[in-house]
Amino acid sequence: MKAHLTRRYMFSASHRLHSDEMSDEENQATYGKCNNPYGHGHNYVVEVTVSGPVDDETGMVCNLVDLDGFVHNEILERYDHQNLNQLPEFAEKVPTTENLCIAIYDILKRGFQMAHLDKVRIEETMMNSFEYWGDS
Amino acid sequence: MVYLTRKAEFSASHFYHNPRFTPEENQRVFGKCNNPNGHGHNYTLEVTVKGAVNPKSGFVVDLKQLKEVMSREVLDAFDHRFLNKEVPEFLTRIPTTENLAIVIWQRLAPKLNTAQLHRVRVYETPDLFVDFYGEDFYGEDSHGDAGKREA
Repeated sequence: MKAHLTRRYMFSASHRLHSDEMSDEENQATYGKCNNPYGHGHNYVVEVTVSGPVDDETGMVCNLVDLDGFVHNEILERYDHQNLNQLPEFAEKVPTTENLCIAIYDILKRGFQMAHLDKVRIEETMMNSFEYWGDS
Repeated sequence: MVYLTRKAEFSASHFYHNPRFTPEENQRVFGKCNNPNGHGHNYTLEVTVKGAVNPKSGFVVDLKQLKEVMSREVLDAFDHRFLNKEVPEFLTRIPTTENLAIVIWQRLAPKLNTAQLHRVRVYETPDLFVDFYGEDFYGEDSHGDAGKREA
């Protein structure tokens, strides 16, 4: 029987929303205070949802130790206490939470094989959240 | 179609152990959850039902009836219990959060007569929860993403 398991994680990072394809005025109009050249930070909450049949022997969709280990090594280590703009995946992309969702989804999709990845949901603040389910 | 969710809480203890595994395998697979004396959680249960809004009452479901069924079938059986020893389903199944969601679905589904069960969500902690949509939800698409269909 198939079930969906969701795990929440947290990391803190800074970013600046700025596009080189726009003029300074356009950047300011589009991103407002998020365009501050010195950047600003958030405590991001990342929810990872995976699914699959519940294994008869373990009662699990996947072992949480495996999921936690992967997320810790590949995602939290990568993003926690970093400036997102400095990372290669945001060299040419604005580090909006939409793009962060896609980047984290891609890391999981590529590297985590223990269960089917349903979605990545990120809370940038308590008041806004973003989800990415993949392109298909 | 309108979806309605009711929450409830229960506190229970459990441990993870498969009698077909060796002690070493049990320890490797289940880690500290394998402690035979058990450990506990404050679980939060969310039950979502769906249905058409009754034109006379304006209700999808009689909330009083839903609350009674949840209390009788789940909370009375699970709250302040040692799941492995006091809930019959877990004499033969490991009381993981996945299996809790499935067992709760199986207890509730036949008892709800005014609305259809859509989802059972069980939080083991605020940072870990499992969703179960029943066996018939996915049809031929075995990896259909449930949330997409809700959107």
